[in-house]
Amino acid sequence: MENNQSTGLLFEIAKPGRRCHTLPPSGVPSATLDACFTRQAPPPLPEVAELDLVRHFTNLSARNMAIDCNFYPLGSCTMKYNPKRHERLVGLPGLATLHPLQPDQTTQGMLAILYETQAMLAEIAGLHACSLQPAAGAQGELSALLVAAAYFRHRGENRTRVLVPDSAHGTNPASAAIAGFDSVTIKSGEDGLVDLADLESKLDERTAVFMITNPNTLGLFDHQILEITLKVHDKGGLVYLDGANMNAILGITRPGDFGADMMHYNVHKTFTGPHGAGGPGSGPIAVRDMLEPFLPSPVVTRDPDGTFRLKHDRPLSIGRVRSFFGNVGVLVRGWLYLRTLGPDGVRQVSEQAVLNANYLLALLKDHIEVPKGKGCMHEFVASAKALRREKRVSAMDIAKRLLDKGYHSPTVYFPLVVAEALMIEPTETESQETLDQFAATLISVLGEDPAVLHESPHELSISRPDEVAATKQPVLRWKSA
Amino acid sequence: MSYIANTPGQQAAMLQKIGKASIADLFESVPEPVRLDRLLKLPPSLSEVELTALAKKLAGQNRHPGELACFMGAGAYDHFIPAVVDSLASRGEFVTAYTPYQAEASQGSLQVFFEFQTLICQLTGMEVANASLYEAGSGVAEAVMMAMAATNRTGPVLVAGTVHPQYLETLRTYTANLEPEIRELPCPAGYLDPAHLNAAVNDSTPCVVVQHPNFDGSLEEIEELARISRAKGALFVQVFDPVSLGLLKGPGELGADIAVAEGQGLGSPMSFGGPYLGLMACREALVRKLPGRLVGQTVDRTGKRCWVLALQTREQHIRREKATSNICTNQGLYAIRASIHLAALGPAGLRETAQHCLDKSHHLLRLLMEKKVGALAFERPFFKEFRFRLADEMPGAALCVDQLVGNGFLAGVPHPANPRDLLIAVTESRTLEEIEGLANALAALKGSAGRGA
Repeated sequence: MENNQSTGLLFEIAKPGRRCHTLPPSGVPSATLDACFTRQAPPPLPEVAELDLVRHFTNLSARNMAIDCNFYPLGSCTMKYNPKRHERLVGLPGLATLHPLQPDQTTQGMLAILYETQAMLAEIAGLHACSLQPAAGAQGELSALLVAAAYFRHRGENRTRVLVPDSAHGTNPASAAIAGFDSVTIKSGEDGLVDLADLESKLDERTAVFMITNPNTLGLFDHQILEITLKVHDKGGLVYLDGANMNAILGITRPGDFGADMMHYNVHKTFTGPHGAGGPGSGPIAVRDMLEPFLPSPVVTRDPDGTFRLKHDRPLSIGRVRSFFGNVGVLVRGWLYLRTLGPDGVRQVSEQAVLNANYLLALLKDHIEVPKGKGCMHEFVASAKALRREKRVSAMDIAKRLLDKGYHSPTVYFPLVVAEALMIEPTETESQETLDQFAATLISVLGEDPAVLHESPHELSISRPDEVAATKQPVLRWKSA
Repeated sequence: MSYIANTPGQQAAMLQKIGKASIADLFESVPEPVRLDRLLKLPPSLSEVELTALAKKLAGQNRHPGELACFMGAGAYDHFIPAVVDSLASRGEFVTAYTPYQAEASQGSLQVFFEFQTLICQLTGMEVANASLYEAGSGVAEAVMMAMAATNRTGPVLVAGTVHPQYLETLRTYTANLEPEIRELPCPAGYLDPAHLNAAVNDSTPCVVVQHPNFDGSLEEIEELARISRAKGALFVQVFDPVSLGLLKGPGELGADIAVAEGQGLGSPMSFGGPYLGLMACREALVRKLPGRLVGQTVDRTGKRCWVLALQTREQHIRREKATSNICTNQGLYAIRASIHLAALGPAGLRETAQHCLDKSHHLLRLLMEKKVGALAFERPFFKEFRFRLADEMPGAALCVDQLVGNGFLAGVPHPANPRDLLIAVTESRTLEEIEGLANALAALKGSAGRGA
């Protein structure tokens, strides 16, 4: 059902003189400021009545696909179920209303949660210490690279390069550049794994950090990992694990055990954030013991008498990467999740995520090429290259047609090392029935008339948007006619 | 409990289809030596009933602004959040959606972000706004990196000493290994003296960063500072308080090139520091250097108006190491909250809120002075927060705060630069009774603890 009442912008449904939120009289004398500081009229915000406001945002929400409504096999994003209990508990006034600068003795319960979160994330990583401060995965990467830079500076070593595989997320090289390093690309081999010869040829005493995503963005666990980390350590470099794909290895293997010295988590992915239409995320980092002094401040510590404190006085720390403690609301959800799962449950997450991905791969592999799918972990990357050649059907066409069928599309055109990529990650929370139905749907889409696919989606509130126009002549705000 | 749907029978059937004997066989590519041969050392699994009890117990160990009257600010404020914000923003269709890369399946989020960008432009008087950054501290760092890229100048970045110390510290962390020096301009009188800026700024200055109202809550000579900066071709970066714009001139009118703010006051619970949202707006000419997500209006194949992520070629997933920002997420759900909040307030509600803040903070100062608890640290006009120097017979600021928790108050934030100074914020949420109560409770501490920090 198309609800046409909701198509207008907030500004178009507004009418001067309408009110929603009002305040009682202040009960105190009125104060004034010098006219040089004050404006003539308040900002020209829209004026709407409360019911109009409620209908507007409710109807808009219905124009989203969401995990609560649809299967969302979006590779690399780990779109698992977001438990409702988290939403209720994180709203407890004793958690949601805390001011970030309250005295430590008034926030002992919150500090206990955060302290335990630090410890659990360090254990899962197999690393020594953890900072919860970074606001998202990309900020975690940047923080860890700044930690690495500070560590080498402290040791009097001048290392200028960060090595990044060509299959890595774009945030890796971007974070390296902002942390002041030169980013050097490492090729993937035919098998989709790190090309050891290429790595070796670029590894030297200039190497500060090798960043690896393992399992990588093809969903493959790099079995050469011990060799890789040994080689990097031999040259005095550090190994960074991009934790985007942690959902595949929780309790199976630990980054610290396979030689990573630092890593970030995406709490909004692995520990079921939720994603919130693009954020907030939370990107804690874990590091090996020699790097701990350089972690962002503050961290949560515990005194021998059991009192928790925010520790600010850490002279070697890189400082803060944001204001206040971190995205605490997201971290508390991660804590609630881990306390719900326990050690068995955490391991089951990865076992079932990998089972679901391999099952879906088995259903699909005779119908669409999966060039490097053998032995995949929690996700795999299909390629529409043959369809493109034979029927001029692109990965994007398939993605858009799946939307018509009620499925969010896989991630398309990433990683860059696979042509016409469709990256599929089912997560552990989906049932066999959902996977069967999705596979049947995708297979039927692959056989459809190309003309139908080119024009898809047909069933959504809009057809394909003109993205070129949106960039050539950007219209980034509404203006009154 | 791990939210798994597949029954053991289904799991066996799935393994058979895959052609594996056991789940362990699915992990063959993980080399034997690095496999974990034990369970993780984590606390045991809890049912929802037990989890709820534990969360309530720990939440109950905190003293919180739900039960204490909160006069703390310093960048996070106890502004009232209308019920419509929580109700609408908690819809699963917003909460459990991903980044709107697939525009056709994300018109709800995209339209809200487009409305958000417009609301921030209306609020600030700036020409373009992005769909939000993490929070204010990294927002200031992003603004400075943006200014460096836009001006190609390599001289020192000038930052008023009255900018929030955590924002300054974040900026220093971000730029530790990049070219320009970050130079803090001293503000001995509690505001940046325009003559001082005039002497410091020159043709190599990429940008000048000023917060108004500043960390102490005081107003700066903002128009003059903007004029001086721009006369030397330095971009003027203003850190603002969105709630103050119900009364104060906006950064657009004041001549800012880039405006950055902590958006927490627009519908985000204080939540011990996050998630919040960074607001960022700029002049049209700078749009291709603006970091973060942007939503643009376009048309679909039938000519129908719709929205998409625009100018993605600026972003890290396209430009990789050549990107000037590594930002990937925005604070989507908190931008949705802010949009609903601003729409619920409207111009009249925002003005009313700002007037309450102004009136109530000035009333508290008046009462404190009458009771000779102390005086303003610096005689400057202020909006909703002031830096109050405690009288000699008062205990130090930290001790005052600790003491008054027992009386039901979070009395303020001890000022990081002077243990005698208390930063006190009064929002529209505070009642006359609470304001008088705090003044009386502080006055009662006179002479109680001697002079200590």
